[in-house]
Amino acid sequence: MFLAAGVRNVEAVSGTRRVVVLGAGTGGTLAANRLRRAWSPQEVEIVVVDEDDRHVYQPGLLFVPFGLAQPDEIVRPRGRQLHDGIDYRVSPVERVEVGEHRVVLANDEPVDYDVLVVATGAVLQPEETPGLTGDGWMERVFTFYSLPGAAALAGALATFDQGRLVVDVVDMPIKCPVAPLEFCFLADWYFTERGVRDRIEVTYVTPLDGAFTKPTASARLGDLLAEKGVELVTEFNTGEVDGAGGRLIGYDGREVPFDLGVVVPLHGGAPYVGRSPGLGDELDFVPTDEHTLQSKAAPNIFVIGDAANIPASKAGSVTHFEGEVLVENVRRFLDGEPLDASYDGHANCFIETGFGKALLIDFNYETEPVGGHFPSTVGVPLLKESRLNHLGKLMFQWFYWHALLPGRDLPGLGSDMPLSGKDLRAEPEDRKGAP
Amino acid sequence: MTTTTIAGTAVELDDEGFFAEPEQWTEDMAPAIAAQEGIDPMTERHWQVVRFMRKAYEENGTGPTVRVLGKTSGVPIKELYELFPKGPAKVAAKIAGIPKPRGCI
Repeated sequence: MFLAAGVRNVEAVSGTRRVVVLGAGTGGTLAANRLRRAWSPQEVEIVVVDEDDRHVYQPGLLFVPFGLAQPDEIVRPRGRQLHDGIDYRVSPVERVEVGEHRVVLANDEPVDYDVLVVATGAVLQPEETPGLTGDGWMERVFTFYSLPGAAALAGALATFDQGRLVVDVVDMPIKCPVAPLEFCFLADWYFTERGVRDRIEVTYVTPLDGAFTKPTASARLGDLLAEKGVELVTEFNTGEVDGAGGRLIGYDGREVPFDLGVVVPLHGGAPYVGRSPGLGDELDFVPTDEHTLQSKAAPNIFVIGDAANIPASKAGSVTHFEGEVLVENVRRFLDGEPLDASYDGHANCFIETGFGKALLIDFNYETEPVGGHFPSTVGVPLLKESRLNHLGKLMFQWFYWHALLPGRDLPGLGSDMPLSGKDLRAEPEDRKGAP
Repeated sequence: MTTTTIAGTAVELDDEGFFAEPEQWTEDMAPAIAAQEGIDPMTERHWQVVRFMRKAYEENGTGPTVRVLGKTSGVPIKELYELFPKGPAKVAAKIAGIPKPRGCI
């Protein structure tokens, strides 16, 4: 655990201190709002920076291609999600000068900080895969991981009534690793509803050696793909996409043909991280302590959400559960106290499976997703399809705007993963903690 | 977990054949593991990747993914697949005596 030895500039300066939050997405918004509640504006000034004022409810992107959500329903202004007393600035970030405790905005304006919170998430890098953004991009090959992509795909799916639909994950890490599976399940439902399912082959192509990363969930989700008639191609590392010819080409020489391609592109951290010496890793994610959320770049830089390189899913639930530890540690750092090393990697994801059902997985660094019930022995079923989980997924959007972003604590849904209710008996001892 | 003998020394492997105790690994075990994976003999390029994996594990606690290997090892991804046709990150991790890379969560 880090003992806050680097607080000299904080202790030496009396008066108002400044916390700068880069990014006003899920993590930046909930962190800024929680921080605002923890101090008066006289004690701590909070500056939030983002390059635009459009906050996309990213879980909604999955529903747009199937006409289950409209693009304008899932976007709200970023500034309006932030509490009063937060200085919100719309500007790209040029770089962070780690040693100078300074952010430089795109117009060269410097913004000094006592504490920096990096919350700029992950960005899509489709141009890193040869051919992906060439001929056929947004005509025959789409992604639903961006709002324009999801909207364009809705148009393509509406007129697709025969042939091969291929859903491809280029490589990990990606945001919401279950979303491409959910896309397959919803496609099965969507084509069935339209009466064309028997004329369409659906194939899921993944670089992993199974449907998912963790053994029990991978087996269950693999079974679900099979039940729904979705072909699974594993250990496929996409080296090139031939959009015009309708082919995925693997590094190992294998090819997967498609009539309609849905590709989840490579992800990286925000580009300014790469322009900030000493801040990021080779993919521009920020090396971060997985329990305290303090960056390894400097003691006064903390990281929340997808921007961190910690071994947890890049998912909104992870970001939500990190919020409490992050805010507590920013407070401890400013007060010169030892940090709280209690973030346990808790993630919790509804997986939409089509036909009005969903299943739920709940896990952390140590415990893989298993069956049972959540949050305790009485609750919604885990790793099993149910209508209740589908309703939970739909209700989540309200919860996101009205409780999660404002940073409200929710009764019965704390940061730590609950063990009560989980069926751990079937889990072999040597699999515990296995990634 | 199984115990097996590689180059005359007993070592612990997990269910998928990765070292459970990476400190049990020594360089003279690498050619024997490589041979089991169909790589025989190991060339200098294989060694470059295997040593890189080992170093990355010692520094970061996990082996790099193929994508990171391609960016940082000095061996491009296409060549990595030529060297380790069954999957560079996994096979090189096995030969390097480190756990399965956990880049994929």
